[in-house]
Amino acid sequence: MAARLRDTAAIGLLWGAGIATLVILIVILAYILVNGLPLINWHFLTTNPGVRGQQGTGIYSTIVATIAVTGLALLIAAPLSVGGAIYLNEYTKENLLRKVFRQAAEVLAGIPSIIIGLFGFLFFVIYLQPYTGGWSVMSGGLTLAFMVLPISLRISEEALKAVPGELREGSLGLGATKWQSVTTVVLPTALPGIITGLILGAGRAIGETAAILLTVGGALGLITSVRDPACPMTLYIYNILTEYNDTTTAYGTAAVLIIAILAITFSTDYLMNRYTKKLKGL
Amino acid sequence: MVVITSNIEVGSLRRTRRRVLGERFIQWILLLCAISSVFAIFLIIVFVFSQGVPFLAEAGLSFLTGSVWLPTDSFAAGTWGILPIIVGSLIVTLGAVAIGAPLGIACGVFLAEIAPPSVRRALIPSVSALAGVPSVVYGFFALLVIVPWIRGHFGGFGTSVLACWIILSIMILPTIISISTDSVRAVPREFKEGSLAMGATRWQTIRSVLIPAASSGIIASVILGMGRAIGETMAVLLVAGNTIAIPNSIFAPVSTLTATIALEMNYATGAHQQALFAMGVVLFVFILILTGLANLVSRRRVTY
Amino acid sequence: MSGEIEISVKNLNLWFGNFQALKNINIEIPKNAVTALIGPSGCGKSTFIKTLDRMNDLVDNVKFTGEVIYKGRNILASDTDVVELRKEIGMVFQKPNPFPKSIFDNVAYGPRVHGIRDKKTLHEIAERSLKGAAIWDEVKDRLNESALRLSGGQQQRLCIARLLAVEPDVLLMDEPASALDPIATSKIEDLLHELKKDYTIVIVTHNMQQAARVSSHTAFFWLGEIVEYASTIDLFERPQNKRTEDYVTGKFG
Repeated sequence: MAARLRDTAAIGLLWGAGIATLVILIVILAYILVNGLPLINWHFLTTNPGVRGQQGTGIYSTIVATIAVTGLALLIAAPLSVGGAIYLNEYTKENLLRKVFRQAAEVLAGIPSIIIGLFGFLFFVIYLQPYTGGWSVMSGGLTLAFMVLPISLRISEEALKAVPGELREGSLGLGATKWQSVTTVVLPTALPGIITGLILGAGRAIGETAAILLTVGGALGLITSVRDPACPMTLYIYNILTEYNDTTTAYGTAAVLIIAILAITFSTDYLMNRYTKKLKGL
Repeated sequence: MVVITSNIEVGSLRRTRRRVLGERFIQWILLLCAISSVFAIFLIIVFVFSQGVPFLAEAGLSFLTGSVWLPTDSFAAGTWGILPIIVGSLIVTLGAVAIGAPLGIACGVFLAEIAPPSVRRALIPSVSALAGVPSVVYGFFALLVIVPWIRGHFGGFGTSVLACWIILSIMILPTIISISTDSVRAVPREFKEGSLAMGATRWQTIRSVLIPAASSGIIASVILGMGRAIGETMAVLLVAGNTIAIPNSIFAPVSTLTATIALEMNYATGAHQQALFAMGVVLFVFILILTGLANLVSRRRVTY
Repeated sequence: MSGEIEISVKNLNLWFGNFQALKNINIEIPKNAVTALIGPSGCGKSTFIKTLDRMNDLVDNVKFTGEVIYKGRNILASDTDVVELRKEIGMVFQKPNPFPKSIFDNVAYGPRVHGIRDKKTLHEIAERSLKGAAIWDEVKDRLNESALRLSGGQQQRLCIARLLAVEPDVLLMDEPASALDPIATSKIEDLLHELKKDYTIVIVTHNMQQAARVSSHTAFFWLGEIVEYASTIDLFERPQNKRTEDYVTGKFG
């Protein structure tokens, strides 16, 4: 009898935990969106920010900066991570080497963003200054690539692993070379999973602040080249909050970011659904 | 049926150099891609340590044990003690985990065992969404909601240890939830069915069979959550207060390694800047220890 | 059946690590006929058949000695181009493994991978191959549907069609019907009767009746060796070796 009571109480608590988590998310999202959505209009999105945190301006250059920095990070990280995943999964056996590489990716994923920012500052901003232009989109993007790489690598590897071995056998048995098998059978099958990994990596890049704080410069002007300094949305929120206490613009910018993140979450869910369906032939 | 025309050209059965070289070339390119993560870590360590380690060597143990932090750009003129900062990082992390782990594990178990499919369909994307919220937005929210609430009810500035605990515990939830859920789901069905078949209640089964069986994964998730908490910068930067002293209450401000680095890098030069790199090295070592621990724990997993 | 030999195997030995899976195999596979390999599980039949198209290379730790002579070359030599080899010696697996692509893309896969781009040619090849695998009528109106929607038997015939599109000389079949229902199985067996007119077929089967139905020659494998190899009629009705006799009369399986 007491056990039954305890069971009900415990299950109730577990329900509470689940609901609490949901509530937390809803509260945070609601707060940002309720305060921030009204600010979002065409003007907000297409006007550049004024200097000195002037009110009534927009965040256009910050949006461009975010896209530029994320795009650059993906440009570098995508081939490296997908290529690396292909190598690890298709060209090696389950041996020590593979474990070391995988472990390296895990370690890289765990390095705090501020340390990666410190590295990016030393390496890209200072050391490679002639090529990157010092504090710039290029420095920021290259630094962010270090953060996108491990996520994309892990998810791509899992996607490749999920492709059944019989498909590879079938392809090789028809006289295809290994590379042909990879590009014409394995990759297309694993593609939704791989793209999910890239999108999640992009999400990380979009939301990252500490690493770009030290590398991207924070200048508000619209960039004309990747060697210009810039101020992506996340950094902008931090700056206007701490320097000008402009909570209004911060809300608007945060709302735009949240919408981007939600879009990413939903698209990856949809993609993973399509992926599992494809493997079953539906 | 007779094969009339032949479309497929077949070369001699002897392997050509061209094919061998072609395949080998591709393999090399892919290998280079795979090495990139190892290479990346190597680069990071080399550069960060190259600035931080010489400073550590010069400053000696008092860097870690000293309580006074008065940085200037020349080594001799400054006082380099970061104990309050290290303590700050630890307090903030441990508190966040103390709050976040029970909630996260409970939610993870809920998702794995109790939640009906409709609730799961709502909750799982929600956890993903929580994971995706940028840290600066978390900090922003905490600054505008949690900090004033603390200030109003408990006095002080509001930017405090408590504020960090609350927001950080929320931030580490997704990590703990998703790994705990996976760990509990990975427990073989026979364990659960065996327990229920003996007349145990759902909770008894969860508590005595499932959680112990999933314990290595759950502990690993907590350790990873700890790693995330100790490495978090932006949210802490906004709500911690950043006063360099060991906090005397949970309503007092605190400073962490991450926030101090972020804050002072903007204007640090010379020895001061090197000192910040040294702090980065200390943080890095903490993370390595935590990651190693997590691996050790998850490897001790009972194989079925 | 022409009486010519397609593949000649001499003193083949194969090891997986320390385990010797094939012991001193000597056998001559006749051209344009069906040769069946029978024997209990784990006795080397699949391993042997996979040696013929060098698919064993995909396994770790494999070593072999001996010769497999095909078209005047020892295909076990290390300088063999296995990719070319597999164009000529193709394999159908126990579990049908169509690619998650359309039916057409499955059949066209081989030709495409070997450089044929012209759509008209690909369609011709596809039609010819699907007809050759006795599945054309069932799929001709839905070539763009996913191959995974077909039934098991249809998928297997699709895999055969896929193989035929590459114009091999030899078809290796590793228990092609064991995952199929009796009706699908008999369709495959009928197909073999047709195919053997133009292809050399080696088939591994657990089903002795099947071996008796489809093949002209049969080899009995026991613990990695060929205990007896003869024309099918002789092996089943007048086995020379006691163990062969015990197996075909069902004393052990």
